[in-house]
Amino acid sequence: MLTFNNPAIRIENLTKTFGDHTVLNNLSFDIPKGKITTILGFSGAGKSTLLKHILGLIQPSSGRITVLDRNLAALKDVELREFRQSFGMLFQYAALFDSLDAIENVAFPLREFTKLSNDEVLSRCRNLLESVGLEPISFHKIPSELSGGMRKRVGLARALSLEPDIMLYDEPTTGLDPITTHMVDNLIRSTSEKHNKREMTSVIISHDVKATLRISDFVAFLDRGNIVEYLPASEFAQSKNELVQEFVNL
Amino acid sequence: MASKTASHSQKNFFIRQIEGLGAAILDNLNGFGSFITFVLNALLWLFRPPFRLRLFFEQLYFVGNKSIFIIALSGSFTGMVMAYQTYFGFKLISVDSLVGPVTALTLAKELAPVLTGLIVAGRAGAAMTAQIGSMKVTEQIDALEVMGINSVQYLAVPRIVAGTISVPMLSALFLFIGNVGSYIVGTKFLSIDEAMYLSKLGEFMFLGDIWQGLIKATFFGFLISCIGTYFGFNVTKGAEGVGKGTNLSVVWGMIMVLITDYFLTSFLIHIL
Repeated sequence: MLTFNNPAIRIENLTKTFGDHTVLNNLSFDIPKGKITTILGFSGAGKSTLLKHILGLIQPSSGRITVLDRNLAALKDVELREFRQSFGMLFQYAALFDSLDAIENVAFPLREFTKLSNDEVLSRCRNLLESVGLEPISFHKIPSELSGGMRKRVGLARALSLEPDIMLYDEPTTGLDPITTHMVDNLIRSTSEKHNKREMTSVIISHDVKATLRISDFVAFLDRGNIVEYLPASEFAQSKNELVQEFVNL
Repeated sequence: MASKTASHSQKNFFIRQIEGLGAAILDNLNGFGSFITFVLNALLWLFRPPFRLRLFFEQLYFVGNKSIFIIALSGSFTGMVMAYQTYFGFKLISVDSLVGPVTALTLAKELAPVLTGLIVAGRAGAAMTAQIGSMKVTEQIDALEVMGINSVQYLAVPRIVAGTISVPMLSALFLFIGNVGSYIVGTKFLSIDEAMYLSKLGEFMFLGDIWQGLIKATFFGFLISCIGTYFGFNVTKGAEGVGKGTNLSVVWGMIMVLITDYFLTSFLIHIL
């Protein structure tokens, strides 16, 4: 299993049970700073539960999660909410606020958490939307008028608006056509490279093996609540783990 | 042998019924506990910064201003109907001069707050559940939480405060327009003397009667918006869940208005 000095996220002996059902089972692993790490796994393997633990949205039954050198369990509710501003997240279906247009969706975190003037907010939003490849003609469209790919671009711009230290992607290409999938994958890679100077860490939850191997630096395979394989992406396809082989060759 | 099997299956049937009843009771108690926790949580977040006044005014506009027409319409016709019904009943015992105060008292103490509550539960309570519920199923609430924004404070608190403030205001409007309707019908169509109508109104109607209705309406507004937002946050299973949640919100909102009305009446009648 891979270990890293000074990782962005360190998970130690994490167990989570819901009633009699153990979702995460004594799970330990590190996620390195400034790299793209993808967590692969079957449906129900515990990927989303793991993501919620990293965000501090649910408390572990036992174990410890350290994010950017801070033990999440030691943070008070208010501190945890402030700390979440270090995260950006791109949701499966972008989760844009449907009452706001594209630019106002991106402006939302800036208006909530910064004291920037309206002009500064809008100027920053335009830059962000352009950086993720959204045409200016779509800046004032509401989410229902945007295509799936465009929504993902807006979602990504919104997630990046507060310059997060950690970007989380929850199945970013689920439900998209192959061309849009390719576009979103490239966007994730280019976003990571653009923010490489400040060591932005990217964590992706995915089912898509091909895309994972193409854009990730490291790949972890989660099965029944535990990491059964964790390798650099270049070595993942050669894993000797039977489950991984089954998943890769499907 | 056959009678033994029949008796056994009959026993199983009764056990199943009792089990079903027990499960339903536990389920409802659980739901009630979860509702109380939600309301306490919302009250806690009400007093914590940031105070989002823009969201509050948006909701005040939605629950209050956007309900004015339907409240005015319902109030005027309720007042007019009350005047007619009371007049023909009272005429039989020659007390038709009391149409004004009886209509006004009924409107002030019961009809204005209760009908306003029922209308707001159907209109704004349902909309609250649908709005928050659809945000829940499309992960917009998760997006708020991930940004570090408390979704109860952001979505529920402005709606609850706006509901609590706007329902008594709407009830006052209902009362005023209902009385105007009653006055027009009583004095213009039923030939009650205008001076008599107004003097009797002044004789029997007191400020405490109006307060009684306004206090009730405040409680109804609080309850309806708590119920509307609670069911929104508890929506599951996509669009079907939003529909189900909205339905439950309207049904429970209306039931709670009627139940609370009884208890508030029995309490307020002794102090006002």
